[in-house]
Amino acid sequence: MSELLTAPTVVDSSEDRTMILNMGPQHPSTHGVLRLVLEIDGEVVVRVAPDIGYLHTGIEKTCEAKFYQQVVPLTDRIDYCSPMHNNLCYCLAVEKLLQLEIPERAQWLRVLLSELTRLNSHLIWLGTHAMDIGALTVFLYCFREREQILRLFDDLAGQRMMTSYFRIGGLALEPPLDFFPRVRAFLKTMPEKIDEYENLLTGNRIFINRIKGVGLLSAEDAISLGVTGPPLRASGVDWDLRRDMPYSSYEKFQFKVPVSTGCDVWSRYVLRVQEMRESVKIATQALDGMPEGPIKANAPKIVLPDREAMKTQMEALIHHFKIVTEGFGVPAGEVYQAIESSRGEMGYYVVSDGTAKPYRVHMRNPTFATLQAIEKMCVGRLIADVVAAIGSIDIVLGEIDR
Amino acid sequence: MTDAGENQSKEAVLAAHPDHRAIAALTEQLPDAIQNAKYDRGELTLTIAREAIISACRTVQTAGYNFLVDVTGVDWYPNQPRFQISYHILSHTLKQRIRFAVFVDEGDPSVDSITSVWPAANFYEREVFDLFGVRFGGHPNLRRLLMPEDYQGNPLRKDFPVEGYR
Repeated sequence: MSELLTAPTVVDSSEDRTMILNMGPQHPSTHGVLRLVLEIDGEVVVRVAPDIGYLHTGIEKTCEAKFYQQVVPLTDRIDYCSPMHNNLCYCLAVEKLLQLEIPERAQWLRVLLSELTRLNSHLIWLGTHAMDIGALTVFLYCFREREQILRLFDDLAGQRMMTSYFRIGGLALEPPLDFFPRVRAFLKTMPEKIDEYENLLTGNRIFINRIKGVGLLSAEDAISLGVTGPPLRASGVDWDLRRDMPYSSYEKFQFKVPVSTGCDVWSRYVLRVQEMRESVKIATQALDGMPEGPIKANAPKIVLPDREAMKTQMEALIHHFKIVTEGFGVPAGEVYQAIESSRGEMGYYVVSDGTAKPYRVHMRNPTFATLQAIEKMCVGRLIADVVAAIGSIDIVLGEIDR
Repeated sequence: MTDAGENQSKEAVLAAHPDHRAIAALTEQLPDAIQNAKYDRGELTLTIAREAIISACRTVQTAGYNFLVDVTGVDWYPNQPRFQISYHILSHTLKQRIRFAVFVDEGDPSVDSITSVWPAANFYEREVFDLFGVRFGGHPNLRRLLMPEDYQGNPLRKDFPVEGYR
């Protein structure tokens, strides 16, 4: 394996059958800067060696130098396609360390936003995956709807992508007045938009031929290689953290977990489209049952006070000053908190030594593990199938490299 | 459940969870492997002897903990033993998580690789090797993963400055 990466041009040529092909780091289908070193025999892939780290920015190290609340905006930048899942997972982990109760309204809003984020992320995946395969039109359709979600986020948080809207102990602000009606209007149109994408792809013979039976991954391999999320469920393992280990009151929602036994790129496609439909249902339920109440926990030493209170009450001003300048101490201990992000199990392992800065933050990101399965999916197949396989794991290099 | 992690003895934690499958399997088959146990904030942490990590992983794997979620490190510099390697293991059938912790000294920062039990550990162990400088014996391809091949130093060690060396 090592000679594969260090000497990409020549390998043992005694048999003179195979050659080395560098795919990436600037190949458009690698979704960023993934480099795959392929050993090929004609058109057939013999070995695959992923080379990652081009986007490594040392976020885990940076976290150790920040106060707990200052880490939230960093988490957005890890998986830039689903920032709110990162926010949520980090906040849940710190809240678990603090043993903090979150008001119901904040929990439900978090569910609503998670599902909108999942739709957003799946729309990017669908558009780019189809584009990799050669169906360019779908990309424009997907980004049309994605733009609507981003506008909602913009109104909510003042940012389209790096929203940083979640806070330890709740949420940053109460949503604007017309937010819920606008989300409802959007969700109402979404199912027929998903029908539109399916009209373009699901019956498309070129699309089917390119991805059916490609990128096979058995359930045993998926489990032993740490694959989670849609690729795991498409290999027939019925496992979804939202249902099986619920967090943020997901246990109060009714939804189906689509599972397929196809094990190929096609079934991952079908499964994600079904997931989008389920997300619309969950988000609608969250809108229907949205409880009233506060959106921040009652913990003045941890949660920043409202602007109004800060300007009028001495005590709130003191708390505000303290939190901003000194942070807040978190009792010593270690926790691992996982959520089901759009790509699989996202986990935050946070270690505290009792001070106001995290001693260690580690992100367990789904595609980091799933990337290990790329060799199983591609060996013995054509080079063109590698592109389909990469798309099917919904790769985001930001979260792999961190 | 008690919440304080520090003042619990190993025996008390083990006795408080008699039905726990991982504890039952480990105390029966590898009684010497568990060095310490902690139940904190609803999470069970078992400190495993460094030599026993492969057999401990195999034991819990047969006991139903089928999925390796994560392997990572913590640097407790300047305390000794310096490095803690944390293994997060999940059971799909029991819907339960456990954490293994292995402590390694600075003098010989190495531990056996568990890639033979879970191939998923491959990238995780390479990452820990890359960022902490802990070696994993028997790893099939122990090279840097995120940092460049010719990089000097291990960025996630506590004695490595956040801004890097200038």
